[in-house]
Amino acid sequence: MKAYFAIFGTVALLSLVPFVTTSNVVLNFLVMTLLIALAGQGWNLLGGYGGQYSFGHAAFFGTGAYATAILQVRCDLNAWLGLVVGIAAGMLVGAAIGGMTFRSGLKGSYFSLVTLAFAEVLRIVASVAPITGAGVGTLIKLDLRPEAFQFQSRAPFYWIALAFVGLSLIVVRTIEESRFGAYLVAIRENEDAAQALGVNTFALKLAAMTISAAMTAAAGCFYAQYFLFIDAPIAYGSWISIDALLAPIVGGVGTLFGPLIGALVIKTLGEATKLLTGGAPGLDLVIYGVVLIAVVGLAPRGVAGWLRRAPQSERSRG
Amino acid sequence: MLSPVILIPAVLNGLMTGAIYALVALGLTLIYGVLHIINFAHGALLSAAMFAAFFAHAQLGLDPYLAAVFLTPLFFLFGYGLQRFLIGPAAHGEDRNFLLVTLGLAIVIENALLYAFRADTRTINLPYAFSTIEVGSAFLAVPRVIAFVAVVAVTAVLWAIMQWTDTGKAIRAVAKEKLGAELSGIDVAHIYAVTFGLGTACVAVAACLLIPTYYVNPTAGDAFVLIAFTIVVLGGMGSITGALTGGLFVGLVESLSSVFLGQSLGQIGIFVMFIVVLLLRPNGLFGERA
Repeated sequence: MKAYFAIFGTVALLSLVPFVTTSNVVLNFLVMTLLIALAGQGWNLLGGYGGQYSFGHAAFFGTGAYATAILQVRCDLNAWLGLVVGIAAGMLVGAAIGGMTFRSGLKGSYFSLVTLAFAEVLRIVASVAPITGAGVGTLIKLDLRPEAFQFQSRAPFYWIALAFVGLSLIVVRTIEESRFGAYLVAIRENEDAAQALGVNTFALKLAAMTISAAMTAAAGCFYAQYFLFIDAPIAYGSWISIDALLAPIVGGVGTLFGPLIGALVIKTLGEATKLLTGGAPGLDLVIYGVVLIAVVGLAPRGVAGWLRRAPQSERSRG
Repeated sequence: MLSPVILIPAVLNGLMTGAIYALVALGLTLIYGVLHIINFAHGALLSAAMFAAFFAHAQLGLDPYLAAVFLTPLFFLFGYGLQRFLIGPAAHGEDRNFLLVTLGLAIVIENALLYAFRADTRTINLPYAFSTIEVGSAFLAVPRVIAFVAVVAVTAVLWAIMQWTDTGKAIRAVAKEKLGAELSGIDVAHIYAVTFGLGTACVAVAACLLIPTYYVNPTAGDAFVLIAFTIVVLGGMGSITGALTGGLFVGLVESLSSVFLGQSLGQIGIFVMFIVVLLLRPNGLFGERA
């Protein structure tokens, strides 16, 4: 129960921010942080708890974003319905990729590679297919009404993003406590042993990947709706695959609050470097890379693990 | 469409492109075969080596083939140092961490190049870049012929090193049985680093062979690495001969598919082939079934 109080407390506290400041810069920053936290929570369920390191979560993010945008522009679908369909489309892609890769028994590095390849295939297809607007991208029509999931100010966007993050925290916490969560951790620790004990590893990994895809696709839908524009390098680019894995790894892989903490850390770091370097291209990402190596090397369990590091964990590493 | 006048040059050119692919794949497969990790920084290292070859020509006036003589040992040392002092210690011996550390390294190298040299695409002009030799009905670019011959030579040298030298034997021992090798007095951390160095040296040679006919920008290496992954999977992870045959095969497929399907679809063809091969034969076409 303590964890749920922590979730509600965090969300309640964060929801007060728009009353403190109306600065667009601050809210923009926080909305992006929440989006990364949401996409990262998706990655965390599959990678952190299930041990399946995806390098291609852009496949789900992009599918969600494109589905929302295309359905609104080409089929005049309501934006809120577009959000639902976008999440469903992301889940479908997740189930399809998961079904194929897990059915052929791809693990470890092979799994990482093949997810990366799927995301790249989608990126290339999206950059030439007419339905996505090809190289030009898709622009969602400006329609500033709450019914169209568009708002005059940033605050409602912020609250909705926060609600999504809160929901993802509750979902992951529920999974964490359930038999499903325990099985996932068993697969992460020793898949063969889990299988030998009668755990249906294929079905569980597939379920984890589908739920994971739903969260990351929701972040994609939200991104499209927030910026009202989407193109192939944004939707299926490697930036989101990297951010989605970097956030939980920096924050604490396989921990409930890891993705949120990590998203806050890497986004703050990214903004700080941008300020310091005057937006020189590449330098912020250099720092991302250094942080990734440093976290893996020095604090393998991320900020969350480092905060409550017990003295004996040092000894056991030997 | 199927006339030999088109087909024969396409086949020969495909084989020559494939040779370069094979060399990049060779470095990757060597590292995988011994360390059992996928080196995500391979593409970034290739881009870095291409920049090195580019500036060796632009600043020092060194011919790329001459630059290879200096850059190969330099990149060997660079790779050795990376594995010995950065990747190895940071990974704590866990596969997942190797993946993440090399991914981090790739991000750092690629974006450091982007920061230093911007996204501009650069090429060098060499007097012999456009000279050709006639083979039957086909005209072959001289730099590509040189590259082909060089790749075959490098593969032979590498194979000989692995077969007959003490270091080569130690590398093979570590690849087969790490603990046993360690117990018989082989310094595993050193062998890992040597292997990583050799893989990085392959990339330096490939860069010098590429730069006369190719362009360089901070992400130029990426295109080759996804192809190299495909080749490594095709040829069987860790197999030197598999990398060579796989490379030539992929070059051939790419060249023929761009004759029949056009350029833009050729790019997808490689990814699709990669996914299909991984899904159906994860141990490679020539590897044994798990």
